[in-house]
Amino acid sequence: MSEAAKTHSPLLLDMKNICIEGFADERWHPIIKGVDLQLNRGEVLGLIGESGAGKSTLGKAAMGYTQPGCRITAGEIWFDGQDLAQAKTREKRDIWGTRISYVAQSAAASFNPAHRLLEQTIRASKRQGERNDAELRRDAIELFDALNLPEPETIGQRYPHQVSGGQLQRVMTAMAMSSRPDLIIFDEPTTALDVTTQVEVLASIRNIVSQFNTAAIYITHDLAVVAQMADRIKVLRYGEEVEQADTRTMLSDPQEDYTKSLWSVRSLEKPEDASDDVLLSIDNIDAAYGTAKVLHDVSIKLPRGRTVAVVGESGSGKSTTARVITGLLPQSNGTVTFNGKKLPPKLSSRSKEQLRRIQMIYQMADTAMNPRQTVGQIIGRPLEFYLGLRGKDQERRVIELLEMIELDASFYDRLPDELSGGQKQRICIARALAAEPDMIICDEVTSALDQIVQEGILNLLQRLQNEFGIAYLFITHDIATVRAISDEIVVMWQGKVVEQGMKNEILSPPHPAYSQLLLSSVPEMDPDWLNNLLEQRETEGDGVIKAQD
Amino acid sequence: MTETNQQAAPSAINETSAMRIRRSRFDRLRILLSRAPLTAWFGMIVVTIYMIAAVFAPWLAPYGEAEIFAKADDVYSKEHWLGTDQIGRDVLTRLLFGARNTVGIALGTTLLSFLIGGGLGLIAAIDRGWIDQVFSRGIDVLMAIPSLIFALMLLAIFDSSIIGLILIIGVLDATRVFRLTRSVSLNIVVMDYVEAARLRGENMGWIMTREILPNILPPLIAEFGLRFIFVFLTIAALSFLGMGVQPPTADWGSMVRENARWITYVPYFPFQEAMFYALKPLLPAGCIALLTIAVNFIVDWFLHETSGLRDV
Repeated sequence: MSEAAKTHSPLLLDMKNICIEGFADERWHPIIKGVDLQLNRGEVLGLIGESGAGKSTLGKAAMGYTQPGCRITAGEIWFDGQDLAQAKTREKRDIWGTRISYVAQSAAASFNPAHRLLEQTIRASKRQGERNDAELRRDAIELFDALNLPEPETIGQRYPHQVSGGQLQRVMTAMAMSSRPDLIIFDEPTTALDVTTQVEVLASIRNIVSQFNTAAIYITHDLAVVAQMADRIKVLRYGEEVEQADTRTMLSDPQEDYTKSLWSVRSLEKPEDASDDVLLSIDNIDAAYGTAKVLHDVSIKLPRGRTVAVVGESGSGKSTTARVITGLLPQSNGTVTFNGKKLPPKLSSRSKEQLRRIQMIYQMADTAMNPRQTVGQIIGRPLEFYLGLRGKDQERRVIELLEMIELDASFYDRLPDELSGGQKQRICIARALAAEPDMIICDEVTSALDQIVQEGILNLLQRLQNEFGIAYLFITHDIATVRAISDEIVVMWQGKVVEQGMKNEILSPPHPAYSQLLLSSVPEMDPDWLNNLLEQRETEGDGVIKAQD
Repeated sequence: MTETNQQAAPSAINETSAMRIRRSRFDRLRILLSRAPLTAWFGMIVVTIYMIAAVFAPWLAPYGEAEIFAKADDVYSKEHWLGTDQIGRDVLTRLLFGARNTVGIALGTTLLSFLIGGGLGLIAAIDRGWIDQVFSRGIDVLMAIPSLIFALMLLAIFDSSIIGLILIIGVLDATRVFRLTRSVSLNIVVMDYVEAARLRGENMGWIMTREILPNILPPLIAEFGLRFIFVFLTIAALSFLGMGVQPPTADWGSMVRENARWITYVPYFPFQEAMFYALKPLLPAGCIALLTIAVNFIVDWFLHETSGLRDV
C-alpha cells in the first residue's frame, strides 16, 4: 500500500490470506486457512458460521490479536496503512480500545465488578488523552442516552451487577464507542439476551454505528440477526470462506449449498396434532424460592406422545415449572398428576419407577455431562440404575442407543470434551432415552447450538417421538423452534400462564399484549424486519423501544 | 420431517470435534515427564530416595534402631559413618529409621485428615443446608484455636503414643481440608450433571464419589502434598518439644532437639571438630528441609500442569 493511498483510501481494513494456527495436543492445528477480508469505512460486515468455523478468531485477528495458544502464521492485516500482523504489541496497544474496539459476547464477564460503569466506559479514551475528563464524562452520558439506557445521567454511577444483562451489553457498546473508533468488532453481542431485550440492543447498536459512521464486524451465528445489522455478509466454514455478498443478495440468492442449507433451517415446520390422552397435568401450582414467589397458579396439561412448548423470556418461570415437575423444587400449592396418579412433591419421596418415567435434557450439554466419564459410562448408568443391565448387555444397549441418535460405536470410549456441541446434546438425549421414559423435559436444548445442528437435533427428537411415543415438555424462547416441534404452546410471563392452546391458534392473531411483544420480537430473515418492527411499534405506541428491563 | 431437510443436514458423526489422540497411560506419562522442569525432577528424585530409605530402613541400616554402643557422642569413624549420639546409638541408623517413622506417621496423618475433612466437606457441599452450617461452624471453632497449642494440650491429656499422635493431628488438620474440599465442591455441585444424578435418584455416596470427587481431584492432590509437609513439620515440632514421637523410636524432630545443645558449644572446638558437632543437629534438620522443598517442587509442577495454564 503506497503512502498516498494510506489516508484517502475508502478501504479501512484489508486482511490478506490470513492463516492462524492453534496449539492443541502437542501440535499446531490450522484454524483459519487463508481468508481475505476487506472492510470499507462505515461499512458493517456480518461474519457468520457454525461454532468452530473460526469467525471469532478471524474477528480478533482484525485487531492483530490472537488468543493465547494461537498464532498468525501468514498473511497481512492492513489497518489504515499499518500492518498489524507485523506490528509490535506496544504499537497495537495504541490502537486497541481507541481506534479499534471490541464488544464481547458476555458483557457481565468483561466488566470489572469493582469499578463504576462510567469509569470503565471512558477508561480507554482517557488513555488516548485527547479530551479531558469532564468532556469524556459528558460524552459518555450522551452515548448512554443515544443507546436508550434508562437514567443516562446517573446509570454510570452504578456497578456492573446493578444493571441488567441487556443494559450492560449497551454500556459495553458505549465503552467501545467512547473513543470514536474507526472499527468496532461485535462478537455475538446479543446471543446471551432474551429476544425482547435483543430487539432493543440491536436497534441501539445499529443507530449508533450509523450515527458515527463507524465500520463494524458483526460476528454471530444467528442469520436473522445478521440480516438486520450487516451491509455485507461473509460465510465461514472450517476456517475457510464459503462465500460473501451483499446482505440482500445473500438472503435472496445464496450460491453455495452450505449457505442454502443454513438458510433453509428456519423454515422447519410440523403439523400440529391434538390429543386428549393426558399424561402429565399440573394444576394450580404455586412455588417460591425462599420468600420470593415465582410461580402463580400455573396449570399445564401435556398429552401423551405430544409436544407442548413453554415459551417466555428469562425470569418468566419456565425453568421453575420444570423444577417443580421433577421434584427439585416442591410446590407450595397445587398438584402434579402423572399417568393419573399424584406425584409426591419432593424428589426424595418419589419412587425409582416414577423418576425413570420423567427424564430431563439440559440447555448446556457441556455441564450436563460429567467431564470425567466416558460416553459409555454416561449412557450406561441409567441402564444399570433403572433396568439392571450390566456388562455385555449394557454395552450392547449403549451402542444401540448411540445408533438411535445417529452416532456409532466409535463414540463409546470418548470423553465429553472430544465431542462437538451437537454430539454432546445427542449423548444427553441418549442418556434420557436409556431410561425408557414416558416424557422428557427439554430445557432450551437447542438454544446453545448452531442452526444446522439445531435442525439435526429437532429432527432427531421428532423421530424419537414418532417411534417411541415420548411426550416432550419443550422449554424455549425461540419461536422458530416452537414452529418446528410443538403441537401445543403455553406462553408464560412473570410466573403466570398467559395463554395455552394449540400451536396455530396461539401463533395466529389476535394475541394478548405480552404474546404479541414476544412473538414480534423474534428476528426474521428479512433485512427490513427490524425497521418495520420499530416503525410499527412507534405508530402503535405500545412498545416504544425503551429500556425497561 | 421432510426428506429435503434430511439430505441438507450433515451426518452427526462427522461434525467437527476435537478428537484427542488415543494414548496409553504409559505414553501420556512419558510425555508428561519429558516436559517436567528440572525442579520437578529434583523433587521426584529426592522423594524416591526418601521412599527407598523409609521402606528398606531395616536392611539399609548398619545397626539396630535402638542398639547402643560403648562410645557416646563419638565423631565419625569407620564403624559409625556419622558418629554416635548422646547415649551411643549410630546416627546413620537413626536417620534411616527416622525417615521411616516420621514420613510414615506424616503420611498416615495426612491420609486420615483427608478422609475426615474430604468426606465432611463433600457432604457439606452437597447438603448446603443445616448440616453444612453445623459442620462449618464447628470447624470454625476448631480453627480459632492455635493448632500447635491445641495439639500440645490434647497430647498432654491423652498419651503421646503414635496412634494418639496420628489421630489428634489428623483431626486438627482435617479442618483445613474440609474448607478446601467444600469450596471446590461447591463449584461442581451446581453443575447440571450433578442435578441429573439427583434426578436419576442416585444416593449420596454415588454423587460424592463418582460425580464430584473425580472433578475436584487435582486441587486435592496438590493440597495433599502441601498438607503432608505441614503435618511432617508439626510432628517434627512436637517431637522437638518432647510431646511427639517418644524414645527409643527414632525421629528427626527429636534428633534435632537431642543434638541442639551442640550448636552452643561449636565456638569452643577446633574448626574440624566444630564442623562435625554443628552437623549433628543440622543433619536431621536438613533431612526435614530437603523433603519439604522436594515435595513443594512436585506440587508446584503438578498445579501448573493441571491448572490449564500454559506458557505460550
